[in-house]
Amino acid sequence: MASDGTAMRLDPIVTIDAAFFWKAADEGRFVAQACGSCGALRHPPRAGCPDCLSFEKGEQPLSGRGRVISWVLPVHPPAVGFAEPPVVVIVEVEEGLRFISNVEGVAPEAMRVGMPVEVCFAPTRGGHKVPVFRPAEGR
Amino acid sequence: MVDVSSQATIVGIGQTEFSRNSGRSEQQLAAEAVLAALRDAGLTPADVDGMMTFTIDNNDEVGVMRCLGVQEIKYTMRTPQGGGGSVATLVHAKKAVESGLCDVMVIWRAMNERSQYRFGQPALSVSPYGHSSTFLEWCMPFGAQTPAVWEALSAGPYMERFGVTTEDLGRVAMLMRSNAATNPAAWFHGKPITMEEHQASRWIVAPYLRLLDCCQETDGGVAIVITRLDRARDLKQMPVRLLGAEYAFLFNHETITDYYEGDLARLPNSERVTERLARSAGLRPAEAGPAMIYDNFTPQVLRQIEGFGYCKPGEAKDYVRDGHMNLDGRTPLSPNGGLIGEGYVHGLNNITEAVRQVRGIAANQVKGAETAFCASGVAGAILGR
Repeated sequence: MASDGTAMRLDPIVTIDAAFFWKAADEGRFVAQACGSCGALRHPPRAGCPDCLSFEKGEQPLSGRGRVISWVLPVHPPAVGFAEPPVVVIVEVEEGLRFISNVEGVAPEAMRVGMPVEVCFAPTRGGHKVPVFRPAEGR
Repeated sequence: MVDVSSQATIVGIGQTEFSRNSGRSEQQLAAEAVLAALRDAGLTPADVDGMMTFTIDNNDEVGVMRCLGVQEIKYTMRTPQGGGGSVATLVHAKKAVESGLCDVMVIWRAMNERSQYRFGQPALSVSPYGHSSTFLEWCMPFGAQTPAVWEALSAGPYMERFGVTTEDLGRVAMLMRSNAATNPAAWFHGKPITMEEHQASRWIVAPYLRLLDCCQETDGGVAIVITRLDRARDLKQMPVRLLGAEYAFLFNHETITDYYEGDLARLPNSERVTERLARSAGLRPAEAGPAMIYDNFTPQVLRQIEGFGYCKPGEAKDYVRDGHMNLDGRTPLSPNGGLIGEGYVHGLNNITEAVRQVRGIAANQVKGAETAFCASGVAGAILGR
């Protein structure tokens, strides 16, 4: 958020096969694509299932819990959409999928690989929401 | 007689100066480099019947043909994955000339990536589909917007696993800059760096990549001419044969944003290429001469040293520290200074250096170099006499 409370973050880039993911995020739900035939989970979303070769697609809610497997701080050039450098992470969620995201509410000095995190949502400049993470409580 | 599957030969190399403001169009840089490569070979534009580059080059055949008067081509091609595709061009060029798809293939790279745009800065206008190089839809809202950020996210698990430090990266940067310092064509000619300078350079992406861990943004053009050995023998230069050129791309991987599959500390695509080269070229990268390893960022060098089998996983920092990749070491690394020291013409200038090393005419010539290895992560090639 900028100092005046206005969201600066870039809006999602919405493609046909991933539209469900961003729509769910707008509604405060963190989901993964699930095969409509065999149920296998996958991320990034795609048009078909590499396991059973079905093109039937569904979605499944994720627990929102995971751990940081990589984190960095983009210092220069400044990341577009952020007043301060964001903590950029790869999170591996309990279900085994990996997501590029942010960890918010923690100083960069306190970041470490393996940190348990849980999902929350951050507003974007166009009024959307995207899934980000914060340190998990009680762990 | 060499059999048909090992006929491909690099007969010409050309380049413009490497600068930060070329003062002319990318089309002109491409045409100048191609013409220089043809003249190096003793050929003319009329001899060209195949052309290719790799994705993220704004030039196409139409423009280069119009500039140089190339009358007819029979084959053209783009390899995907940006700089990862740089060495993959050799896979296609080799098969194209050996199969007769074309007789004289030119490969070019020409970019004003500093003066016309900033290649290392947030790419807000790039297609979300990424052309199999980068899938920006998953990156942009989260501030992962530059090659340095994508690379750092990928390097982190490797560095944490094996205890690779910023000083270990500094040794790679120092080696590249040391080599560039004695290469008159290098942007950083005469400008070696110390560990203190490396450690004092500002963070680009904390806690892994400092400014001096990053390659340059370069204006420049580079070109290579490939034909068959029977024809090469009648041309001006010592033939430099393509002993093997291989490409591998495995399920669920990406090029630079390669976060979704398996153990992030390893480069399975590079490992596959190494196995294939052992069969097709008859030798492994570590058994070849100078190692031209795609050095967009210093951690990528260490990871490829392991991926291409120079040492075991986790040992690359020690392999470099022990001097094995110095100019007088077992497998010298990028004697031209690489993309960090010479210029970042998206990898193609590392291939021309391999050719110079095998010809024996390089600025920092490695004694007795009869073969050389070129690598760009997903592709590798072994050149030799």
